[in-house]
Amino acid sequence: MRRFVSHKARNLITKTSTISSTICSSSTISPLNSLSPAAAALRFLSTLHPHSMDSITIDTINPKVLKCEYAVRGEIVTIAQKLQQDLKDNPGSHPFDEILYCNIGNPQSLAQQPITFFREVLALCDHPSILDKSETQGLFSADAIERAFQILDQIPGRATGAYSHSQGIKGLRDTIASGIEARDGFPADPNDLFLTDGASPAVHMMMQLLIRSENDGILCPIPQYPLYSASIALHGGTLVPYYLDEQTGWGLEISELEHQLNTAKSNGIDVRALVVINPGNPTGQVLGEANQREIVEFCKKEGLVLLADEVYQENVYVPDKKFHSFKKITRSMGYGEKDISLVSFQSVSKGFYGECGKRGGYMEITGFSPEVREQIYKLASVNLCSNISGQILASLVMSPPKVGDESYESFSAEKEAVLSSLARRAQALQDALNSLEGVTCNRAEGAMYLFPRINLPDKAIKAAEEAKTAPDAFYAKLLLNATGIVVVPGSGFRQVPGTWHFRCTILPQEEKIPAIVSRLTEFHKKFMDEFCG
Amino acid sequence: MSKPLDYENLNENVKKCQYAVRGELYLRASELQKEGKKIIFTNVGNPHALGQKPLTFPRQVIALCQAPFLLDDPNVGLIFPADAIARAKQFLAMTSGGLGAYSDSRGIPGVRKEVAEFIERRDGYPSDPELIFLTDGASKGVMQILNSVIRGPSDGILVPVPQYPLYSASIQLLGGSLVPYFLEETANWGLDINDLRQSVAQARFKGITVRAMVIINPGNPTGQCLSVANLKQIIQFCHQENLVLLGDEVYQQNIYQDERPFISARKVLLDMGPPISKELQLVSFHTVSKGYWGECGQRGGYFEMTNIPPKAVEEIYKVASISLSPNVPGQIFMGLMVNPPKPGDISYDQYVRESKGILESLRRRAHMMTDGFNSCRNVVCNFTEGAMYSFPQIRLPPRAIEAANKLGKAPDVLYCLRLLEATGISTVPGSGFGQKEGFLGLQKCYGSSNNAQLLEKSDMHPSKFLKSPSNIGFWICGAGGGGGGGDGGI
Repeated sequence: MRRFVSHKARNLITKTSTISSTICSSSTISPLNSLSPAAAALRFLSTLHPHSMDSITIDTINPKVLKCEYAVRGEIVTIAQKLQQDLKDNPGSHPFDEILYCNIGNPQSLAQQPITFFREVLALCDHPSILDKSETQGLFSADAIERAFQILDQIPGRATGAYSHSQGIKGLRDTIASGIEARDGFPADPNDLFLTDGASPAVHMMMQLLIRSENDGILCPIPQYPLYSASIALHGGTLVPYYLDEQTGWGLEISELEHQLNTAKSNGIDVRALVVINPGNPTGQVLGEANQREIVEFCKKEGLVLLADEVYQENVYVPDKKFHSFKKITRSMGYGEKDISLVSFQSVSKGFYGECGKRGGYMEITGFSPEVREQIYKLASVNLCSNISGQILASLVMSPPKVGDESYESFSAEKEAVLSSLARRAQALQDALNSLEGVTCNRAEGAMYLFPRINLPDKAIKAAEEAKTAPDAFYAKLLLNATGIVVVPGSGFRQVPGTWHFRCTILPQEEKIPAIVSRLTEFHKKFMDEFCG
Repeated sequence: MSKPLDYENLNENVKKCQYAVRGELYLRASELQKEGKKIIFTNVGNPHALGQKPLTFPRQVIALCQAPFLLDDPNVGLIFPADAIARAKQFLAMTSGGLGAYSDSRGIPGVRKEVAEFIERRDGYPSDPELIFLTDGASKGVMQILNSVIRGPSDGILVPVPQYPLYSASIQLLGGSLVPYFLEETANWGLDINDLRQSVAQARFKGITVRAMVIINPGNPTGQCLSVANLKQIIQFCHQENLVLLGDEVYQQNIYQDERPFISARKVLLDMGPPISKELQLVSFHTVSKGYWGECGQRGGYFEMTNIPPKAVEEIYKVASISLSPNVPGQIFMGLMVNPPKPGDISYDQYVRESKGILESLRRRAHMMTDGFNSCRNVVCNFTEGAMYSFPQIRLPPRAIEAANKLGKAPDVLYCLRLLEATGISTVPGSGFGQKEGFLGLQKCYGSSNNAQLLEKSDMHPSKFLKSPSNIGFWICGAGGGGGGGDGGI
């Protein structure tokens, strides 16, 4: 090889001396023929690389990036934004006045108000110098001021602009741990907590740790929130689906888990973890305790890490169901650190506080060896820390005003108002969907979504095929163009093959719900008339 | 029963990745702090943790955005100036629901427009807000771009040595290869294009496809500001070799000498005109964490793409959308940083006074630290032209090296640990940043306000440990703060 190279290099020296002068007229690179043979050889080697392709193009981009999908902000939203621009530039250009975004769990973008107490504390922590002013007491509630002082005392130098400990500020983790204990009746260790910019980065961290290659599989519910499929794709792993049963209110059957696990194993997949979203997204079901115990036993028996996405824990709308954290369930079964590896995710984005834009959240990790915990810490440290304001908010969410606090009454009223409104909207939309021909919709026991199933007529499916679109996307696009309502096609969440769904949030303002219902009903009737012939 | 996630069955890339800035030294310092020892954290650029105060105006604006009900209160003017109130209203109007709503996954369009206008004012060329993505700190942006570029272990990224270890850590996590190019300490940490060519050729010889080149300007940990000539060479080199240029420019506000002001890679590129200005692919990174703002905890940053094809931009957008949006308060900090109070605004004088105060202090400390280090025996320290760090070289005697080897530690780690135990000063060993073979260093930042005391305390005489010097050097880098200052440790 060396002889070949130096021979070529010598030939190149005579060839390229003219080329180099045209390329590098203003550079200080010395012409080839003044270089030593070794240097010339090196120069030659550097020209072996083909220059025909740009560095970042669709052809050279990481294929894992190409593979991953995230429908919540996918194609349908892009179309909606174009239509919105049309309406702005050219009012009356469409048969509707406004775009109604029902695609994303983003409550405050649809006029849901933030919790006053939380915002008071955050404002004071952002600008602590006003705490010393007497006028501040006239603008903020006394317990918000007190809480801000408490929090700032836990931050060295009251420096909310400083990077914190990579797991999050210790004092805030103490508060969150206490909150977890108050919720579950079992202790939580602040050292088990990693505060993150929303729950999503914590999910990515776990996928990064668990997935070594495409032979590593992660069991995910179908339908699922597409963060999981996207994250698994980005980290080069394999999603192992387990199907929730629509007939039984999106029930989770252990037999299905076992079946899918065994199938994956026989295909050479090493299944590492089980994702459970409770309450469910997009499906909204709240797991029963007995079911949860079965899941815990399953993970313990099969040696799987249980990844419990519990971000909707404060969104339960039905009196016959209650949220129980998997941490509580495992501890109440007598299982501890040695028995099961559990990661629980929580966020400030949902619940009744809906603070999506703040990017606050945490994961609680239990049942991992010190060596693994060290690695998790190391991963967290590369990004230094999550945003401080989000950390503070997470501690407020897990430790809100109590009975007797000055702000308790107004806090409770705000909380109740949001939750009861969500429950009402869920019911109204669910009833409306169930009244449509060929549509069935399970109730939203929790979370923020409805996931109706549409029995699409064959003609529609054919038309979709011709349009090279999934049938549910076909429906969703027609719905958007006719009504301005944006929903996410069920394919974005995956579903039992041959079934079609869409996900619609329950978040539009109450006064808009009747209009949504009537427009949807009218569109659906026309659609069925057209495609049922 | 063996645990499902054991050290053995962890992703190898995670195990291999290192991030010394919060590694062994930092953890030891945190332990000592818990035991009651006073520690000065100089391991990371974290100015507020060492007493630098936040600028007043942005904090006023963000507080008003957090609690918009204040805006309706007749008494709000008693503690907030009118221009902060106006600006808060402007920002809130740009959002779809205040601070609590996910924004566009690229960031609030109005803020991206402000960033574009800032870039245009700075460089003299228009910038497209559609090609600017706001991120939760510049680090996230770096990871996103590297994630797009790295396909596998045969994709190499050129990284300066010494470097800020985010790059080595990210490349390792993403399963790529780091291709080092060495900065020359004796030439003021300058870059020799021939060295660069050599690095690339060697990598290709090993079967690595070199995809991108990282420049950190001003440098971290080295502090040097690249000259226009150097930037031109780099740009031409990347163009010839078909590399994406990744310009980490987070320290562009931290310049402590007048000979080499900051010039952005984009400006140099566009000055060079077509075809190169239309072909060379560049991604530029900035942040609210450094400069004189030092708002590390907000996690505000952006990257700007130049000459990246639309389909690739779409894919990068897609990945950004999975995380929904960067944190909104951080975005507002960015908007305020690129579009601060102007002459005539009520808060302008205060803003200028506070900013100047910080910059002048940083400049003073840059000199003090450099002079201080250079006055120590066996220590040589290049002047910190920019950024926030000193990276002195200490010539460590053979006996110290021997002692270190016996303990199974790198000599600079041993030095830093001893320094920590003796003085409470927490630094980062140069091995955490990469260094030329045979040279060892450590990093020390100067965010602390009391540097004279710091230097006396540090008393970095190798003679404390040993007798005769040898030709092994230490690099000491200091960052302006520590992991939450007194919050260090678990």
